[in-house]
Formats: sequence, structure tokens, C-alpha cells
Amino acid sequence: MSKVWKYGDNVDTDLLAPGAYMKGPIEELAAHCLEAIDLDFARQVQPGDVIVAGRNFGIGSSREQAAEVLVRLGVKAVIAKSFGGIFYRNAFNLGLLALVADAEADVEVGHELELDPASGTITNKTTGATIAAEPVPEHLRRIVAAGGLVPYLEQRLEKHS
Amino acid sequence: MGQPTGQTLAEKIIARAAGQDSVRAGEIVTCKVDLAMIHDSGGPRRVKPVLERLGVKVWDNSKVVVISDHYVPAVDQQSAAILKLTRDWVKEQEIESFYDQQGICHVVLPERGHLKPGMFVVGGDSHSPTGGAFGCYMFGVGATDMAGVLVTGETWIRVPETIRIDWRGSLPHGSSAKDMMLKLCATLGMDGGDYQAVEYTGSTIAGLSMTERMTMSNMAAELGAQAGLIAADGTTADYIRAAGANPSEGTPFRGDEDAVYRVTHEFDASALGPQVAAPDSPANSGPVEEADDVAVDQCYIGACTGAKLEDLRMAAEVLGGRKVASSTRLLIAPASTRVTAAAAADGTLAKLTEAGAILMPSGCGACAGYGAGVLAEGETCMASTARNFKGRMGARSSKVYLGSPYTVAATAVRGRVADPRPFLAENGA
Repeated sequence: MSKVWKYGDNVDTDLLAPGAYMKGPIEELAAHCLEAIDLDFARQVQPGDVIVAGRNFGIGSSREQAAEVLVRLGVKAVIAKSFGGIFYRNAFNLGLLALVADAEADVEVGHELELDPASGTITNKTTGATIAAEPVPEHLRRIVAAGGLVPYLEQRLEKHS
Repeated sequence: MGQPTGQTLAEKIIARAAGQDSVRAGEIVTCKVDLAMIHDSGGPRRVKPVLERLGVKVWDNSKVVVISDHYVPAVDQQSAAILKLTRDWVKEQEIESFYDQQGICHVVLPERGHLKPGMFVVGGDSHSPTGGAFGCYMFGVGATDMAGVLVTGETWIRVPETIRIDWRGSLPHGSSAKDMMLKLCATLGMDGGDYQAVEYTGSTIAGLSMTERMTMSNMAAELGAQAGLIAADGTTADYIRAAGANPSEGTPFRGDEDAVYRVTHEFDASALGPQVAAPDSPANSGPVEEADDVAVDQCYIGACTGAKLEDLRMAAEVLGGRKVASSTRLLIAPASTRVTAAAAADGTLAKLTEAGAILMPSGCGACAGYGAGVLAEGETCMASTARNFKGRMGARSSKVYLGSPYTVAATAVRGRVADPRPFLAENGA
């Protein structure tokens, strides 16, 4: 069950991980995620939920906590028309699925989505519509499945030892 | 495959770092990193647990530069603990180059002679494209990516296409590199760089000082580019020599005549007046004449992009003999301790403080909303910083306008967003 939260263009890193809470523990930072534009998000988001956004999601700082807080809150994936380059790398490194797709028109808040990152297919279970996304390469899917780059590397080291 | 063509500046640097004769845009290559720069926020506190988990030390302690600038000086127990952890880790890892509270990483790194043309450099901060002003391919990454660099000395990169931005003509007095960048943000948008390389060319760029070039490269981040390159020339070599390093240790690559660019954008600097970005995006910029006539609670001259010696001199040109309006406050955090010393020596600091500016320690504090100088709910700030995202400088309802140091100084005098040109004209500057 992936329920949708919708935001527009240019959702920046300072909205995702506000500077005022950057020195504290990640749980505290997560509690303030997106509060400048939506006070309900951090309080009501459920594990497995998905964010659908417009252009340039995650533009701004290199602070990877911007992706990490979403993982902490249980967000399964961000679907956006495009991503800030550093955020895109950080997302996979932290175990967050980032899908490039123009999904805004076909999805409303609260809709349920089913994601197939391998084929790049997003199915809107609420309306029955399917939306094409860029397929995610296998190595990136493996990193997400492992929970991020560090656990992924650890798993690989264990396998080889 | 079409006809063989020349290489861009970006391709030449990346090819060298990848140990190949040439690379092509779109190709994914693994590069050897000449230098890795990290700071107190995304550095030791984040990479230490990863290195410990993997049971390794940094790959080469002579190629890692650590700079504390985000939580300096400590304002509470949490920031003090982060700074202590940073210092302890530097000792434990036997890092040779550590600059503790000496200024903002992007300014300190070249100031201390670490950047030479042709280098492939990774920085743990999004404004790392600043290094592009020295003809380096320098880009920002998050902490996990950086941990990978610190373990292996390598990183992967998708060879970017180059977006060429050509500036012709000389800037009118009262305009600066910051105005050029705000103009670019407004015209191309915050995704105009599309995580590719931007290369600045043309007579205007050739005529800019190194610190103004650093502002251009720094704000390539605001165009969403991975790097913001300027080919090294005599100006670059002179700066590096003055920093006590040897420019001939680098490779001053230039793009070939027949290199393939995704697009070339052309701009005329001679017609460019001061620009102001309204909240909450640098792309929300326009000419100062069209800017909101809002009262500001705080003016801030600081950050990697707006508090170098030349920036402080711009502010002093406007402020000399005037006073900051009683309805506002002007905070100035020079970009480094060397900038503070130089500004003290040439009389710039006196002009600023006599006007009523409050002098602050060097660091990222107010710009990033991490330390001293943050905004209360509902407050408005005019800043010389690079970014004005919602709530960035403090409370979530606070607002930030961006302008050049000239424009921030004029705004401080008027107490409202102001055009600096009448002030400069009156001062005969």
C-alpha cells in the first residue's frame, strides 16, 4: 500500500532537512521534514508511502539527510519529473528509490500506487492508469533492496569472505 | 559513431582522472580523486561510522582536506560535540591539512593553495563547483558517496555534457558576478544545468578576478549543474602563486575548438544592472528596479559566495561615510580569517564597522541556518549568500532576498531593498 503525497517543483533539501535541526539526531530532523510547506507530512506519513513531485526534486545542499529522513519516515520512493543530481545519488546510497516519471497529472493525494522499478512501470491502483517511468538499473535496485550503499557493500564483502 | 571531435574542458580533466586518452559525454567512468575536501557537518561525524563499520582508514591522508566551518564557533553543546569529533578524527586519521575555524571551505581551499588546474576534486558540500574557477573538475557529493571516496580514492561519474555560457562586454560599475549569476538563475532556472557541466567563457569572464570567478562557479550549484568550469589562465596562475603554491604543478586544460557543447548561451554583461532574487528561489530574480520594495529586518554579507575580500570592498564602497538604518541590522561574516586580516589591513573593515555593521566570525552559520545570525518567524533578510530557500536562514516563515554585496549594503543603509547605484554615484565611486 503506497499512498501518495504530492508536492510541486523544486522541493529543496532545506525543506526536507531544515538547517535548524541538522546538528541533532536523525529522528528529530525527520520530525521536521517538509514542515515549512506541510506540517502534516512528518506526523501522518505511513511506512510504504510515496512522494510524487515535479521538476528538480532535492535541489540544493549535499546534505544526504534530505534523503535519509524520508527513509526514516518510511517513505518508499520519490517519483519526480527530474531530480537534483546530488540528491539522486544520495537517495540510492541511503536506500531510497528515486523514479524519474511525469506522474503529477495522473496521481492525486491519497491514491495508491504499485511500483515496478525494473520495468519502469507505475500502476495507479486507485484509477487503474499506468504511468511510464525510467527503468532503474539493476545495480541501483540492489542497493535500494539492501537498504543503501553501506549495507550493500557489507553484504557483498560477507559473501566473498 | 560520427566524425571524431575535440574534447571539452570537462572531458579532458575527467579523461585524465579516469586514466583514459579520451572520454565521451554519457559514458560512466571511474576516476582517481586528486583531492577530497570535507567539513564538520557532512564530514567526520558522518563518514567516521562508515569507515569504522568497514574497518579501514582514509586511502591517502595527504589528499584529504578537512575544514570546520558549519558549526563554528560552537553555539551549543551539540555543535561543540561535532567540532570535537572533527578534531579527534583528524588526529586519528593523521590528516595533514586541517583548517579549524579558519573560514568557509570553498574559500579556504584555494586560499591555502590546494587547487591547481586540471585536478579532479570531490567535495562534501554542494557548493564544491567553486573549485571550477581554478580549472578543476570539482563537484559536491553526500557523506556516503564521500565515504566511498575516502575508502578507495576513487568515485564513479557520468561524463557530463557541457553547457557553455558565454559572457561578452564589461560589467557596469555597481554590478558584479553575483548579478551575473542571479541573471543566469532567472533565465535558465534552477535545473538549467541539468547536472551537466557548465563552462563559462568570453571576454567578461576573462576580465573577472579570481574571487569573482569563484562566485560564478559557486553558483553553478544554483543552476543545478554538477560543475562550473572556467579554463585556467594567467589570472588563475597569479592567484595560485600568491597563495604560496606552484601553478605549474597543474594542467591548464582548455576545451578544443571543435568540442561538442549541448548548447551555448550568450549574455551581454554591459547591459546588466544589479539583480535581486525574491524568496524562495535564486531563480526568482530580476532587475533591482523591479524588486519588491520591502523593509528588511536583517542584512547579511557572508557565505562562500558573498564575503570574500572583493565582496567586502564592494560593501565598503557603498557604506563608506554612511550609517546602517536604525530599522535594520547589518551582519558581516568575512569568508575566512585571511579575508578578515586583509580587510583590516586595507581599511575596509573600518568602513564597515563605522557604518554600524556587526562583525561576525567566519563560517556558514547564518547562511545555512546552523549558527549565529539566524532569523525569527516572519523576519526578512537581504543576503549576499547563494541560496534563499524557504526557511533556510532560520524560522520557517522567514524570508530571504539575494543580492550582490553592493545591493545588500545599499539595502542596509535604506532599510528597504535598494539599488546601490545612486549610493555609488553620490560617493563618487
